[in-house]
Amino acid sequence: MPKDSGIGASPKRREDVRFLTGNGNYTDDINAHGQAYVHFLRSDLAHGKINGIDTAAAEAMPGVVRIFTAADFEAVGGVPCGWQITDRHGEVMQEPKHPILAEGKVRHVGEAIAAVVADSPEQARDAAEAIELDIEELPAVIDMKAAVADSSVKVHDDLTSNLCFDWGFVEENREAVEQAFQDAAHVTTLELINNRLIANPMEPRVAIGEYNRSSDDSTLYTTSQNPHVIRLLMGAFVLGIPEHKLRVVAPDVGGGFGTKIFHYAEEAFCTFAAKACNRAIKWTSSRSEAFMSDAHGRDHVSKIELALDADNNFTAVRTDTYANMGAYLSTFAPAVPTWLHGILMAGNYKTPLVYVNVKAVFTNTVPVDAYRGAGRPEATFQLERVVDKAARELGVDPIALRRQNFITEFPYATPVAVEYDTGDYNATMDKLEEIADLSGFATRRAASEAKGKIRGLGVNCYIEACGIAPSNLVGQLGARAGLYESATVRVNATGGLVVMTGSHSHGQGHETAFPQVIAEMIGIDESMIEIVHGDTAKVPMGMGTYGSRSLAVGGSAMVKATEKIIAKAKKIAAHLMEAADADIELKDGQFSVAGTDKSVAWGDVTLAAYVPHNYPLEDIEPGLEETAFYDPSNFTYPSGAYACEVEVDPDTGKVSIERFSAADDFGNIVNPMIVDGQVHGGIGQGIGQALLEGCVYDENGQLLSASFMDYAMPRADDLPFYAVDHSCQTPCTHNPLGVKGCGEAGAIGSPPAVVNAVVDALQSAGKNVTHIDMPLSPGRVWAAMNG
Amino acid sequence: MAKVSMTVNGKAASAEVEGRTLLVSFLREELGLTGTHVGCDTSQCGACVVHVDGKAVKSCTMLALEAEGAEVATIEGQAEPDGTLNTIQAAFREHHGLQCGFCTPGMVMSAAALLKDNPKPSEQDVREYLEGNLCRCTGYHNIVKSIMAASGQDVSALAAE
Repeated sequence: MPKDSGIGASPKRREDVRFLTGNGNYTDDINAHGQAYVHFLRSDLAHGKINGIDTAAAEAMPGVVRIFTAADFEAVGGVPCGWQITDRHGEVMQEPKHPILAEGKVRHVGEAIAAVVADSPEQARDAAEAIELDIEELPAVIDMKAAVADSSVKVHDDLTSNLCFDWGFVEENREAVEQAFQDAAHVTTLELINNRLIANPMEPRVAIGEYNRSSDDSTLYTTSQNPHVIRLLMGAFVLGIPEHKLRVVAPDVGGGFGTKIFHYAEEAFCTFAAKACNRAIKWTSSRSEAFMSDAHGRDHVSKIELALDADNNFTAVRTDTYANMGAYLSTFAPAVPTWLHGILMAGNYKTPLVYVNVKAVFTNTVPVDAYRGAGRPEATFQLERVVDKAARELGVDPIALRRQNFITEFPYATPVAVEYDTGDYNATMDKLEEIADLSGFATRRAASEAKGKIRGLGVNCYIEACGIAPSNLVGQLGARAGLYESATVRVNATGGLVVMTGSHSHGQGHETAFPQVIAEMIGIDESMIEIVHGDTAKVPMGMGTYGSRSLAVGGSAMVKATEKIIAKAKKIAAHLMEAADADIELKDGQFSVAGTDKSVAWGDVTLAAYVPHNYPLEDIEPGLEETAFYDPSNFTYPSGAYACEVEVDPDTGKVSIERFSAADDFGNIVNPMIVDGQVHGGIGQGIGQALLEGCVYDENGQLLSASFMDYAMPRADDLPFYAVDHSCQTPCTHNPLGVKGCGEAGAIGSPPAVVNAVVDALQSAGKNVTHIDMPLSPGRVWAAMNG
Repeated sequence: MAKVSMTVNGKAASAEVEGRTLLVSFLREELGLTGTHVGCDTSQCGACVVHVDGKAVKSCTMLALEAEGAEVATIEGQAEPDGTLNTIQAAFREHHGLQCGFCTPGMVMSAAALLKDNPKPSEQDVREYLEGNLCRCTGYHNIVKSIMAASGQDVSALAAE
């Protein structure tokens, strides 16, 4: 019997009722009294020198409150970057200033040049059109390899070049890896592109700044995955507002996928301008603005090599990657192609030697930063494509080659600095073979052939590092923050609980899943537990939600705080029953004295804590509220195996996904329904990357894929039903729930499965195709078949 | 400015609007019905779908003045007055057909229009009908399932839960 409550149950989501009835409270649904509206005038050039901005005519337009340019921001800082990389030569990365409004030059299409504040959004937009810009167009650099040539135009005149850093990992292994390649019986090489993507959460970004003149407090409402991080970055580094004078609220947020982690200039602008204008200031991004101002994702150009011995054992992996940073460093940008990518290059395999080189490059494009998976999809795609290619070159079964090289003993220290605590890669592969019915593939291939289609099967595995991260480790690696999480559990006199968590829910269902954990721990009904998140005035501290960390890190903090609650409650119960603390047991919401029939209910104890008439005041304080911080001792390592079957239309090159199966190991699972949904969504985005999505700039830096008419978002008829399974569970050994995280797996594991399947299809049809770069549009597939 | 009057969720509503005011802006800003969302500016995403005289309409594609005299239905009017979810809303909740919730009002309103015309849609019917509604969270799996379940079809045999 499936459970109907607690850990492992799938209660229906409590947040759904408000979303299904139109009662969500998204940032754009909030209006401040007397608010004005800002419209940003954005650059339509990728690179240019600003010779003049004439706002006189615009200022005379109806409703205009004030027009801001860079000159108004001389006293404040630029948008900060949260991670500093030290490169293979011991140099720290080049870090250009990222101004709130363009200073002297524009460096990408979409960069904000001026901001018009007016009484209505229409008036602000009308006035922005009346601003006269004198901008001298400069040659733009878009291609990364061209950008690092000595002759290249520089994105930032004050930097030595467009190379942000040249990172090597593990640098000490560089020569040993070279030797392994010289000694190899077989080397497989693959050059590939991890296509640039635009996250496109369905809710565009919104920011509302407020200033209270009587208290000198500022408030920012924003569409963020981590309001406390925004408070710290914006308060300390941009505007100079101490945290106790700044409140950041991220209410219902309509999807994040990474692009709502970062601190954006528009947030700082609204907070700053609210004080300057003494009015609340609201900005609602249009989708067109989102395309050219939200941080983009991926955009790696890589060469990967795999060395094998005569028995097909992997002996070394080497990769060279160019990673696009865009024109400025976004919050986590330098961490994505380095630590979130390099430490995964061992994959599921016991390859003894790995060397990763990453050149991060500035170009005249929108900043690039974390997008669902962030570095791990790029690592997985390279590895799982090159392993597949090696199997085909060697004429061996791709699954067998993988199994032969799987890590099978845990814990396992990889050659890329991390130690996998648990996993069972053969078990997930076994499960995949079952749920994907791989034994029936030949029959299905014949059926496809009979109707004139070419069927292909692609299989791959993945491992990822989630639950970021041990603060002392990431500190050594260049993080400018700790990556713990906090939770405060407040028990009320009548027994209900409020959990104030630093994790933020923007679709993940924390309001439903987190209470399941506490209900199980105490033995009370989930309806007695309320989750509060997304407001720095209500939640003491938080590092937010990204990197599949909410339950593994935020949930662990909540468990620790609840353990403190239970420990104190047991002392109160012991006093009430005149027993020793050590003899008190808690089960099903009842405290009892071991070996007796004496018991008191949860509610009796919570009432005693707040009405301490009969209470051990000499030993413990009244009240029942505890805070805990949890700093993980390691990453978590979800893993799995994915299979995709495609049909290729030989006449058009169109690829359709016929079957998609995912067998994941997420460790323990709190709410299977929510986990399924997370995997579905990740797969949808991964298939989107593989078949449809691609951000395209022309050589002048014009963003060609700048609307939903040009950027191919996956639609319902592009995608199939998915078969997902998470019954293989090797619990994490170092967090209290044994959980690993499930938010990104689908997006990490699915792109190589799709490409492997298409290559399989084409090779089965006798085509000498070893790789096609994503997205596998009909045109590209047709060209590969007929090239 | 011109006066526009219509019926929204059974109640009379009127206001002075600019000629360029979109129906979605009228609903959100004038009437405070913020359940109808704006997810794009090219009429692609479908987060703003409402019903105008019984037909599904992207309310970002219609001027408020064009709805003069019309019967408009939004997500706020879909549940029973006592708050009980309607069949489609309940199916979305039962089958986890929503995550962040932003596309959800448009999905529910589109689904209602589909089921009115096609009471027992196939999987392919549902997927094709949702061509104009984007969701970034669910991979559509549970949305398609929810709509088929709302039509009274047994969805237990669809690909793994």
